[in-house]
Amino acid sequence: MFFLVVWLAGTVNFFLPRLGNGDPVRDKLLQQASLGGNVQAGMDDMVADYDKKFGLDTPLWDQYVNYTRDMLRFEFNYSIANYPAKVLDIIGDALPWTLGLLFTTTLISWLVGGLLGALLGWPRSPRSLRYLMPPLLALNAIPFFLLGLVLIYLFAFRLNWFPLSGGFSIGTFPSFGWGFAWNVLHHSILPAMAIIVVSIGGWALTMRSMMVTTFGEDYVTYADAKGLKSRTIFVHYSIRNVLLPQTTALALVLGQLITGTVLVEVIFSYPGIGTTLYNGIRGSDYYLVQGIVFFLILSIALATLILDLIYPLLDPRITYQKA
Amino acid sequence: MAIAVPPEQAVRQRNPGAFTERVLNVFRYLRRNRSLLVGLSVLFALFLFVVIGRLTVDIGEARPMSVGSLDPPSRELPFGSDKQGRNLYAVMVEGTPLTFRLGLIAGVIGVTVGAFVGFVAGYYGGVIDDVLKVLVDVGLTIPGLLILIIIAMNVKAGLTVNQMTFSIAVLAWLYPARVVRSQVLTLKERGYVQIARLSGMSGRKVIVRELLPNLFPYLVAALVASVAAAVLAAIGLEMLGLGPFEAPTLGMTLYWVNYNAAIINGWWWWWVPPIVVIAMLFIGLFLTAVGLDELANPRLRNRV
Repeated sequence: MFFLVVWLAGTVNFFLPRLGNGDPVRDKLLQQASLGGNVQAGMDDMVADYDKKFGLDTPLWDQYVNYTRDMLRFEFNYSIANYPAKVLDIIGDALPWTLGLLFTTTLISWLVGGLLGALLGWPRSPRSLRYLMPPLLALNAIPFFLLGLVLIYLFAFRLNWFPLSGGFSIGTFPSFGWGFAWNVLHHSILPAMAIIVVSIGGWALTMRSMMVTTFGEDYVTYADAKGLKSRTIFVHYSIRNVLLPQTTALALVLGQLITGTVLVEVIFSYPGIGTTLYNGIRGSDYYLVQGIVFFLILSIALATLILDLIYPLLDPRITYQKA
Repeated sequence: MAIAVPPEQAVRQRNPGAFTERVLNVFRYLRRNRSLLVGLSVLFALFLFVVIGRLTVDIGEARPMSVGSLDPPSRELPFGSDKQGRNLYAVMVEGTPLTFRLGLIAGVIGVTVGAFVGFVAGYYGGVIDDVLKVLVDVGLTIPGLLILIIIAMNVKAGLTVNQMTFSIAVLAWLYPARVVRSQVLTLKERGYVQIARLSGMSGRKVIVRELLPNLFPYLVAALVASVAAAVLAAIGLEMLGLGPFEAPTLGMTLYWVNYNAAIINGWWWWWVPPIVVIAMLFIGLFLTAVGLDELANPRLRNRV
């Protein structure tokens, strides 16, 4: 499954651009020519030259084989727009930002949303919690970046509590110190809030409906009849059993989370993969966009694989050994 | 809760004045199914906004340079104008149906194709099912937006609204196919389907006469979900700068908002209307989907 996803992604990634008869190098040169007013003479030579450099002049089949081999080694070629920089290096610079944002927000919203949903499904929790649900559900329906825009206006523009955009202040340099760490944290709160607040509702909803079904189960009734503390029933009998489908759900929405994060980054000009992708699109930087798309698909496939491997730890009934 | 007569049964009693009875029943049902009621009301409010807008504003003013640049809301321009001189009221009136239509077309195509694939795979099984199952699983793992980005990058002149609609539709069938397939797998074993099959009905007839009517509520719910997904994909593409630049869709309006940094320049009238309309559209569709789920699957009743 993992390899199939990666292979399909790579192949689609390779063939789709070639279906349209765009000529990236010529486009880029034309764009530069129109911007800088360069002379058009020698254009064809330059195109041929660049085509050779990027390997665009070889037959399609060779390109495909080369491409597949390159991708297996993460060799995404050079970025067309900022030539000497390699696509992989650009991705490498942006990756920690996205990974940090995505990982922490997903973890927080999954945990908080799950806990909230569990409490909502629990008959003995306070009723006041119930009023939280409708607004959270309504928020859950809108895209991350829509809330992001509102947050920018309220907390960054109006109240000036948080910076408007970026990953760290202009003028500071990335370093490993408390000052810089605080700076980064301060910049990341709003984008993180946009993702967390929107996604909590969804997790709470699925968690709650599953909790409700576990309370109907005989083993919960039995545990109750045995006189176990309700805390024990809550944690060890109900949550334990709901953990598995909730983890499956995580694997299912991973793709949405990543594309959602990409758009949030664009809104906040957060220096991660999303903003890099956006810049690549605006600069019609073929290889960069291709590399990023492939990389994102690869990460999703990888994360799905990891979740598959975690399953047996969560649910002892599942093993990958043949019976 | 008092045990009420399910509306479906009540409708079937053919008494005189059946039509008003039917309408009344629909309203009675809506009163119990709050999500559906609120969802449909929100969508209807948007519809009203567009209809009233059409009657009161010249749609041509949704084009750039038709009014002054960056005018705050006033009597003549209720929503103000943007930097390129579009009347934002006209943009909203023009863009809302444009965006909704895109979602609707992509959703209908997706559900139709998806239902077909799901029925065939689920009912006939065998090799077709195996191949389609893997295809759908793999396809659903890859976020559609990423593939759309690659497609859009390769259309030189930028996508038109219709090209964007069909690109999205190409990917929209995967999810309905999965939903329908799994439902068909359970329905296939039911008694009435077995009897239909044993009495010599052809596979096509079983699907059309027995399975399709029973899955209809699921299909409608899947349609609403697909419309929302398609609109989301379209707005995502547009935010990334891969949308139809000359069309005043909701997503493109947000793109210009972001491009011109309207928020930090304090041009609030530029970004508030598209955000409100998009939020209403999504919330309306979401609640309608939840309500329809409840209709399709009565066990969920009174949960949300």
